[in-house]
Amino acid sequence: MSDEQNSVSDILEDNTYKYGFTTDVESETFAKGLDEDVIRAISKKKNEPQFMLDFRLKAFEKWKTMKAPEWPNVHYPPIDFQNISYYSAPKQKKVLNSLDEVDPEVMRTFEKLGIPLDEQKKLANVAVDAVFDSVSVATTHKKKLMEVGIIFCSFSEALQEYPELIEEYLGTVVPVGDNYYAALNSAVFTDGSFVYIPPDTISPMEISTYFRINTEETGQFERTLIICAENSYVSYLEGCTAPQFDTNQLHAAVVELITLENAEIKYSTVQNWYAGDKETGKGGIYNFVTKRGKCQGDNSKISWTQVETGSAITWKYPSCLLLGDNTTGEFYSVALTNGHMQADTGTKMIHIGKNTRSSIISKGISADYSSNSYRGQVKVGKNATNARNYSQCDSMLVGDKCSAHTFPYIETANSSVQVEHEAATSKISEEQLFYFESRGISRENAIEAVISGFCKEVFKQLPMEFAVEAQKLLTLKLEDSVG
Amino acid sequence: MLEIKDLHAGVDGNEIIKGISLSIKKGEIHAVMGPNGSGKSTLAKILSGHPSYQATSGEILFDGKNLLEMEAEERSLAGIFMGFQYPVEVPGVNNAEFLRMAHNARRVKAGEEEIDPLDFDELLSEKMKTLGMENKYKERNLNDGFSGGEKKKNEILQMAILEPKLSILDETDSGLDIDALRVVSEGVNKLRNENNALILITHYQRLLDYIKPDFVHVLSNGKIVKSGGKGLALELESQGYDWVTTAN
Repeated sequence: MSDEQNSVSDILEDNTYKYGFTTDVESETFAKGLDEDVIRAISKKKNEPQFMLDFRLKAFEKWKTMKAPEWPNVHYPPIDFQNISYYSAPKQKKVLNSLDEVDPEVMRTFEKLGIPLDEQKKLANVAVDAVFDSVSVATTHKKKLMEVGIIFCSFSEALQEYPELIEEYLGTVVPVGDNYYAALNSAVFTDGSFVYIPPDTISPMEISTYFRINTEETGQFERTLIICAENSYVSYLEGCTAPQFDTNQLHAAVVELITLENAEIKYSTVQNWYAGDKETGKGGIYNFVTKRGKCQGDNSKISWTQVETGSAITWKYPSCLLLGDNTTGEFYSVALTNGHMQADTGTKMIHIGKNTRSSIISKGISADYSSNSYRGQVKVGKNATNARNYSQCDSMLVGDKCSAHTFPYIETANSSVQVEHEAATSKISEEQLFYFESRGISRENAIEAVISGFCKEVFKQLPMEFAVEAQKLLTLKLEDSVG
Repeated sequence: MLEIKDLHAGVDGNEIIKGISLSIKKGEIHAVMGPNGSGKSTLAKILSGHPSYQATSGEILFDGKNLLEMEAEERSLAGIFMGFQYPVEVPGVNNAEFLRMAHNARRVKAGEEEIDPLDFDELLSEKMKTLGMENKYKERNLNDGFSGGEKKKNEILQMAILEPKLSILDETDSGLDIDALRVVSEGVNKLRNENNALILITHYQRLLDYIKPDFVHVLSNGKIVKSGGKGLALELESQGYDWVTTAN
């Protein structure tokens, strides 16, 4: 284990964006532009079953009639969707029999990012699916998971091996026309991860996907589908980085989670996409993501934990549809914005079943010139007797040029419901840091202590090593902003 | 231990301290008294290295080292402790954990291993018992929601954990009722020994009934206008500051 932990701290020891390098691999990239032919070509390239192509074309038809959302509290010039390439894959031999056949440059890229993929060095207790630009390049620990019946593979592979599962569940949580970016994703997504946990199974390890955008003018549109069957449990982690370009890259992912009776999915994200130049705001990722979980079976639970530290613009609302009775939805979020970053993030908790519970803990930290908005919706249907929600949204301001906003929306159609909302704003001040320093505590440790104190309730939801990583990441990002 | 030579200092270009010289040896207690605006607190801020305050000329040597070139963190690690007049509140950071961080910073500096939370708890309990402090100081967050008196007691607890060579207590008596004043003073007296020194910055003489100074200095308009023994404080008490400030 010690090797892997070193690599995590190694990549964190510098506070400039360390993941800003590009990898020189020969890749196959489609010409820029989007029309029906491009979608057919993607589908053909991936040798997809007919239902998948139909799904894509239906989404594309919807998308053409839709408009980019204008309600978020973020500002950016219109995106030219004809100036993006919708498919880019590292060139490789036909079929990969083992990881040894993956382009060594790609393997080295992931190693540099602290995600070793080869058999000797792979993380002992975490299974990883590595997605490079548009395709999944490697998935570790597949055999070990398969022994207990867990399917963990790239989305492309799942389409070949388990088309019936995909046909049954894909688009049941996020319909093709759900929103502008979800529709685009449904039309053009190229890869992603697929997880199926069979009934009565507790996953023996953390499962994770690591996303890497490498090519400058490629959009990354990945799709994640996780199904957790009756009485099962899985903890899933997602990480992301991208090289430093002066142009903006679009990342429009869709994640769908489904829990059957008594099942639980815990989904954690540490997002560190390139945020653009700190001074000028040039470049960076547009992170427009739709994440939603459906607690379909009674007594099931879905928990989202996110630590958002990167991207020029973040627009995402990991949500829960609490369909079954006695189901639970949770959202724990830390969103840090600095430089010229803009984030509009939050959650939706839709209570449909009886005795459904949801809790929302959101911590926003804004520094420099950034803007950080929490947007949350709690909606309780008329049959959701005794539904409960607790929301707590705290903001911390660093400096006086940033802003924090809270937009809570509460709708209840049932009188037996209890909804609580609390909000607070605080500041990390020079006087606080001086107090620590006058006790011999370094500025860095002081910031770490104040931030981790502020984010405590969220960090304790993360798997141990990622909590440490997230804490370090936040400290490094804030060091230059305080004072 | 501490040598201040013709110090001029201020904030935002306004000179507040206009030539102070002071020499403090180990084992000594010095009281710095004076009316409001005389420069007492500025002196404390300069000694602790507050970034908003600048020395414009003069010199401060601490154990022979140039103090003015050291950051606040280094000064603390070198053995200087500042008891703040208004300790800042830090929500979310547990008081015991804060004390452990401060203690460990010293251990690391001395090349020792960091102490783990369990061993530290033992050390902390012992210090708290000596000072007669309740368990709530372990459980609560750093000064968060503390009353004025609780904050001052917490400063003394930090002093006990850090075992500084030189402590500067800035208006530690302000805002304390008589019981809190007694607890705080008894604490300070227990922490005294022949190797450490103390600067008490105070407006009133009542603190000096509890902590007996060896020297008293009266500050007025940025200068020391009179120095003497304990008796000077009593004279000030009966005659008021005008007695020394106008006589100058």
